[in-house]
Amino acid sequence: MAYSEKVIDHYTNPRNVGTLNKDNKNVGTGLVGAPECGDVMRLQIEVDDNNMITDAKFKTFGCGSAIASSSLATEWLKGKSIDEALAIDNMDLVEELALPPVKIHCSVLAEDAIKSAINDYRVKNGMEALELPKSHH
Amino acid sequence: MELPIYLDNNATTPLDPRVLEAMLPYFTNKFGNAASRNHAFGWVAEEGVDYAREQVAKLIGCTEKEIIFTSGATEADNLAIKGVFEMYADKGNHIITATTEHKAVLDTCKHLEKQGAKVTYLQVKEDGLIDLAELEAAMTPETILVTIMYGNNEIGVVQPIKEISAIAHKHGALFFTDATQAVGKIPVDVNADGIDLMAFSAHKMYGPKGVGALYVRRKNPRVKVTSQMDGGGHERGMRSGTLNVPGIVGLGKACELCRLEMDEEAKRLSALRDKLETSLNTMEESYVNGNTQHRLPHVANISFKYVEGEGLMMAMKDLAVSSGSACTSASLEPSYVLKALGLSDDLAHSSIRFGLGRFTTEEEVDYAIENTRKAVNHLRDLSPLWEMFKEGIDLSKIEWAEH
Repeated sequence: MAYSEKVIDHYTNPRNVGTLNKDNKNVGTGLVGAPECGDVMRLQIEVDDNNMITDAKFKTFGCGSAIASSSLATEWLKGKSIDEALAIDNMDLVEELALPPVKIHCSVLAEDAIKSAINDYRVKNGMEALELPKSHH
Repeated sequence: MELPIYLDNNATTPLDPRVLEAMLPYFTNKFGNAASRNHAFGWVAEEGVDYAREQVAKLIGCTEKEIIFTSGATEADNLAIKGVFEMYADKGNHIITATTEHKAVLDTCKHLEKQGAKVTYLQVKEDGLIDLAELEAAMTPETILVTIMYGNNEIGVVQPIKEISAIAHKHGALFFTDATQAVGKIPVDVNADGIDLMAFSAHKMYGPKGVGALYVRRKNPRVKVTSQMDGGGHERGMRSGTLNVPGIVGLGKACELCRLEMDEEAKRLSALRDKLETSLNTMEESYVNGNTQHRLPHVANISFKYVEGEGLMMAMKDLAVSSGSACTSASLEPSYVLKALGLSDDLAHSSIRFGLGRFTTEEEVDYAIENTRKAVNHLRDLSPLWEMFKEGIDLSKIEWAEH
């Protein structure tokens, strides 16, 4: 199966690889997936007082599409408000990266990671966790 | 050195130019049907087939009459197992095989289960070899066939064939082996090994795709299989269909080259394989899969923990290898062979198979080592699991969200 140019670009030059201090109050961390399933994503956001995402980092264990999905997600997150970030849909990632059907689960995982990071931030800052729609996988 | 480098010789091998040269006339002026008995075109084609039959027989130590040409090893597997099941139905209905067999054997057995066969699937030990005591214990008076592969396609382990055939014979069963990965790579002698039926294929030994053979013993005992393809009664009635003359000529030539060059080639390849394996195995958290004493000379299967196989292969973009990772298959299940060794799913996802071949050079192996090291390090820099491992976090204690 051939990868799209965008997947190859993100895979070869992944954006925002790294680690934020998960103990900081303004950092939200989402860790989703499982090693047994062949993909684990960790996505982190740093949020300022105006609920704007000022930084985003990721690390991913998985195939090229999983790495590209999380790399693209961090790019999209930076500069967005939390509410805007919640509106990111996995199908937007699928479209942008031209993922084939067999790789759609990679984008679902990235969406889960975003929501999970936001919830971590919310809980840390005294807000209640959002009810997340059950994973589609 | 040309890129990319082909290191997937267990999937298929390139055609040796000497084989191509032998085949070419049979596509053009020697185009006859080997079954045409009445004119020179047929005779010439038949001569080519007869010579190939000798070349094949010589490689595995049998007589020409014991070779049935097929379209490949999958067909030969089907013919052997289904053919024995039907032919010996009045003797029993029990077949013994192993969980690490090729799908062509496993799915054929599953097919027969629907038709009344009882099949025992032997587990393998951690090193990929079957337990002879378990085989012995599984034998019953109803057992008509034991089918165990010679060398494994994913990890390269070589089963104790002589011991297995002796157990089968002691209990009055026939022994069939899928030797697709072994024939032409290591010495295989059907008499010394006690083999009654054996499948193999040209394209794994530098011959063309679409041609293979089934060895069927004619003496001590005389073995028969019910044909699975009806028609003109070719191949002594066991496999009808106009013979693929150029393909068969190619298989013959490929067998001859393997016979003449095998000893030296096996030494060269195992030295290169060991170099590759030793260098990569010095990396932290890398594991060699399968028995390292009893195995084919040209295969190395290594798991690089905390990186995922498909992602890794993408970084090894100048190398053509394969992975036991789920992501490379349509099923999203990691390799059943590696899981049968008791490997955890995450290690199976992290495996890479390197298959060296006749045209692999030392320069290519050196490049592969460097390329793989860089790729593994790159992927580990991206891996949250590697970071956690480095921080001393026990990953098995984390509650992962299974999906």
